[in-house]
Amino acid sequence: MNAALIVAEAPALPLNTAGKYVAGAYIVVFVIVLIYVAIMGIRLSHIERDLGELLEIKKAADAAEEKPLPTLASTTGAQST
Amino acid sequence: MYGRGLRSLSILTVAAMALALSLVFFYAPLEAEQGFLQKIFYLHVPLAIIALCGFVLGGLLAVMHLRTRDSRWDMRSYVVIHMSLIFAVGTLITGSIWAKGSWGHWWVWNEPTLVSFLIVFLLYATYQPLRFAIEDPERQARYASVFAITAGAFVPMNFLAVRLSSAYLHPRVLGSTSNLPGSMALTFLVSLIAMALLFATMCKYELTAKHTRAQVRALRRLLSGEDGAPAPRGRSAVPSTSGPMTTPAAGRTSL
Amino acid sequence: MKRTVGALLRKELLVELRTLESVPGMSLFAVTTFVVFHFALNKSSVEGDLAAGILWVTLLFAAILGANRLFVADADQGGFDGFLLAPVDRSAMLAAKVITMLAYLVVLELVAVPAFALLLLGAPLGPALGNLVVTLALADIGIAVIGTLVGAMAVQTRARDLLGPLLALPLLVPIVIGGARATAPLLVATHSSGPAARWLLTLGLYDLVFGLIAYALFDFLLED
Repeated sequence: MNAALIVAEAPALPLNTAGKYVAGAYIVVFVIVLIYVAIMGIRLSHIERDLGELLEIKKAADAAEEKPLPTLASTTGAQST
Repeated sequence: MYGRGLRSLSILTVAAMALALSLVFFYAPLEAEQGFLQKIFYLHVPLAIIALCGFVLGGLLAVMHLRTRDSRWDMRSYVVIHMSLIFAVGTLITGSIWAKGSWGHWWVWNEPTLVSFLIVFLLYATYQPLRFAIEDPERQARYASVFAITAGAFVPMNFLAVRLSSAYLHPRVLGSTSNLPGSMALTFLVSLIAMALLFATMCKYELTAKHTRAQVRALRRLLSGEDGAPAPRGRSAVPSTSGPMTTPAAGRTSL
Repeated sequence: MKRTVGALLRKELLVELRTLESVPGMSLFAVTTFVVFHFALNKSSVEGDLAAGILWVTLLFAAILGANRLFVADADQGGFDGFLLAPVDRSAMLAAKVITMLAYLVVLELVAVPAFALLLLGAPLGPALGNLVVTLALADIGIAVIGTLVGAMAVQTRARDLLGPLLALPLLVPIVIGGARATAPLLVATHSSGPAARWLLTLGLYDLVFGLIAYALFDFLLED
């Protein structure tokens, strides 16, 4: 409608007004992805902690098995990897 | 293995996004009417397209779930819908910023894409509460799939209706994607591909993380001995992967 | 199949006639809402877009009230189990419930539309009645289908009264668009043309798409 007028008045919006909107939009998307990365990082550390616990449990179970059945030590050792 | 190929995919995504951003800011020409503000177009429209495709894909994955009763399809449907919802939020925010820059209002009713997105967002925002409100995991997955299929069919229907209702009232505010000059079209295409890759990477990431956590749980159950009954799951909106079908047996690693 | 649907339908209507728990409530809600609108908008008479909007929003919310209650008796009193044990086509329940919902909507509109014409509408309804009936009929099918589908989904959840409307409202937006745009030109004093075919086609398409989807998916909701 008034395209000609708009073009005449502001042929290309100056960087200091339009720029902040464009920057804002790109920053929002970037932040969303970063938040996702952070959440995944937290989950990863939880998994790491859980796996550490499980490793402890397994080691404790192996240690408990070794004592009462010394004759089976070789087979237990072969199995526990 | 959900994680196979994750590294290559991520590297490809980074490369594509870097290329897309370079094209947007160093190659694509300034548009006549909107000037620099129009650059948001390369962010907002790919987000919108990928989000919509994601919602429909979620419906298709739900169809597979209902047909095969394999809970892995439900897991994929859940992740895809979840990710599409995040992309939809991104669409709404970038669209709102664009509207503010163009027209001075944070929200405009005469931009049909934005309005349709609001409705679709409101619909899919009920997906997780729906899942959370059903305790039995099998029923939860089934009902969620029915919802995903219904909502997936609703998305194009909704776009049609909203587009019809505003087409003859106001001109499009935020411009359309047809008749783009070559350089802009190329930039748009690369941006679209980069966004699609980002979506795929994030979904794969999510699926791998969920599957890993399920495997850790299964391992915990195995290690706490045969007498250890599986810990009660409690209420959860997350699809379960630790059913009898997916517990990893010795030697089986591919899923 | 027809006999099953007939039997189920008779049961539904009998229950409703005896308990009167849905339809009077829906109708009363509609009339009360019109009164509320009068005070909220501070208008004695409305026309055109505003009139269409008030009418459709009120009908929609009253319909959701009815849809919420559609499966409650079945869920709470073992109606689902009884039905599942019978060797009949499960889609019969879908058909029966949709027809029931349609019946509720027709009665609702028989009360609400005259009440609307009396209380709020500034234009004579007579000449536009035929077109209005057609539009309402098309929209009612869509509302009934979605209401049944969502009612069946929501009834098995914990927050069924909240989740039902939450699911149904976005899904029904195309019906609101089609219905309101179609009826707006009918509710003016100097009404000239009928509803644009575009809107009736939209409503029809919606009914078709979601009717098919409901038919395909309803069985999955009934399984145990």
